[in-house]
Amino acid sequence: MEALVAIIIGVLTACGVYLTLRGRTFPVVLGLTFLSYAVNLFLLVMGRLTIGQPPIISEGIENYADPLPQALVLTAIVISFAMTAFVIVLALKAHLEMGNDHVDGKHKS
Amino acid sequence: MMDHIVVFPVILPLLLGVLLLLLQNQKLLFKRTLSLLAVALQVVAAGVLLNLVSSGEILVYALGNWAPPFGIVLVADRLAAWMLLITSLVSLCALLYAVRGTDIAGPHFHVLFQLQLLGLNGAFLTGDLFNLFVFFEILLLASYSLLLHGGGRLRTKAGLHFVVINLVGSTLFLFAVGILYGLLGTLNMADLAVKVAETSTENVVLIQTAGLLLFAVFALKAALLPLYLWLPSAYAYTTASVAALFAIMSKVGAYSILRVYTLIFGAQAGPAENLIEPWLLPLAMATLIIGVLGVVASSHLRQQVAYLVLASIGMLLIAFGLNNNVGIAAGLYYLPHSTFAAAAFFLLADTITKRRDGMGDKFEPGPVIMHTRLFGVLFFAIAILIAGLPPLSGFIGKFMILQAALPHSIFPWILGTVLITSLFTLIAMARGGSMLFYKALPATVCKIGPDREIPPTALMLSRELVSIISLLGLCVALLIWGGAITAFTLATANQLLQPDAYIQSVLNARVISS
Repeated sequence: MEALVAIIIGVLTACGVYLTLRGRTFPVVLGLTFLSYAVNLFLLVMGRLTIGQPPIISEGIENYADPLPQALVLTAIVISFAMTAFVIVLALKAHLEMGNDHVDGKHKS
Repeated sequence: MMDHIVVFPVILPLLLGVLLLLLQNQKLLFKRTLSLLAVALQVVAAGVLLNLVSSGEILVYALGNWAPPFGIVLVADRLAAWMLLITSLVSLCALLYAVRGTDIAGPHFHVLFQLQLLGLNGAFLTGDLFNLFVFFEILLLASYSLLLHGGGRLRTKAGLHFVVINLVGSTLFLFAVGILYGLLGTLNMADLAVKVAETSTENVVLIQTAGLLLFAVFALKAALLPLYLWLPSAYAYTTASVAALFAIMSKVGAYSILRVYTLIFGAQAGPAENLIEPWLLPLAMATLIIGVLGVVASSHLRQQVAYLVLASIGMLLIAFGLNNNVGIAAGLYYLPHSTFAAAAFFLLADTITKRRDGMGDKFEPGPVIMHTRLFGVLFFAIAILIAGLPPLSGFIGKFMILQAALPHSIFPWILGTVLITSLFTLIAMARGGSMLFYKALPATVCKIGPDREIPPTALMLSRELVSIISLLGLCVALLIWGGAITAFTLATANQLLQPDAYIQSVLNARVISS
């Protein structure tokens, strides 16, 4: 299970990095989204993969799921969600003002 | 009541920002007064806080009354209070300039300004690594919008680059935080310092990876070479008062480097000690050189000032990179100087630009501007400040940094870099100044003020100049009270290099009994 999750995070990150380096704004936005997915998954896994364990201290239980990474991921999701919304609007604004969707605003033939 | 003073610089801009959002249909004068009052209150609060911690006491505030290391703490030590004071002073001057008309070029200027201050103050005060990330995001989101304030094609393009590179930076920050939490199980900076020092050998490489990833993020925020490319266009194309406020924003990266790499990865961090020492000094010197090359090559005044900010970051990080107490003390003296001087220069560049009809801020012979002597004198004063000539504070700052570098093994290189770049700065600014003020076409006196049609009255002129002159006054104050300030920065540096007191204060902090 750990290996599978690790591979998923790696592939997401690789896709994110590749797309972020593209010249047009839409792939860049998609790349940033992939990167934020990868990092959210990464943060979640940092609490270790556990199944069916309670996150709150209770009697007679020795193994717990770590609740803190879940809280961190929730914060990170909210922030990356807001940032994605912002960067989409900005990319649209740039497209309207510069007449094309290249990140440097240049015309590409 | 005094227990809560630590949280005041965070709460005040947050509440004010929300209040201003609710009051957006009120009269402009009312909103401006409210905003100015809030920033003035923050200056007072930062002063009180500085006074409280100047004895060496470290104030710890447990948010939500959760005992550290489980809850998030705000920590006010000498460094945090010093940064808060500098931030509030610069933002007061920037806001005084903005209320002349910049603030109506787009909606919600005052709201965003307060939220930017919330992010800055929070980043300086927090004692938790993830909370630092959150405050970074707050200040960045506000800065994205402030950068675009007023609109325009070049501004949008610079803004897009700025936003994308910072989003990538945020992702790296989260990866680093994730690694540290996964291995050490804590995010409280004081607790991290203890845990990093006790790391078992098989985890050392991962801890170092996380530490260096964090360095990449902070270097990006501070615009250290090779991650500086966003800074010149972002700072050159935004509005003047926002650029003046941004003069402190790039210092947040420098602050974070200083905080994290003295506390968590400092001299007492066991296997990860002095993690970035091999990197910081060479990169800072390269940044200084690139910054000054940009200053020399600039064809516009605003662009030149932006590159001067970059060069000052290089200079500041050379001081921090020396990794001894006198070096850090010199850097902490140079930091307010360079912030005030850069902010004043951004504002002055704007006043000059608005007076050169159609010429903008290009370095080309243009019409003689009104009050040319007055602006010439101001330009001259700022040039002396920034190039680091005696008698102003720039000279003292650079002299202290060089003095601190004396025992360093590559001192000749540092000396050569600093002196030659200072010379080039001087040449570039002399060229720029003579182009703007001497090589003017004398037949045409351009009689427009900032508001186009009407020539400015004495009152309008003084309202324009009050922020610039206050910022210059602050630099003079740095000179006059130089002895007291250097004693304070030296005490700050000593406090940073002996993090035990910080760690003990945080981990033994009492929660307030109800």
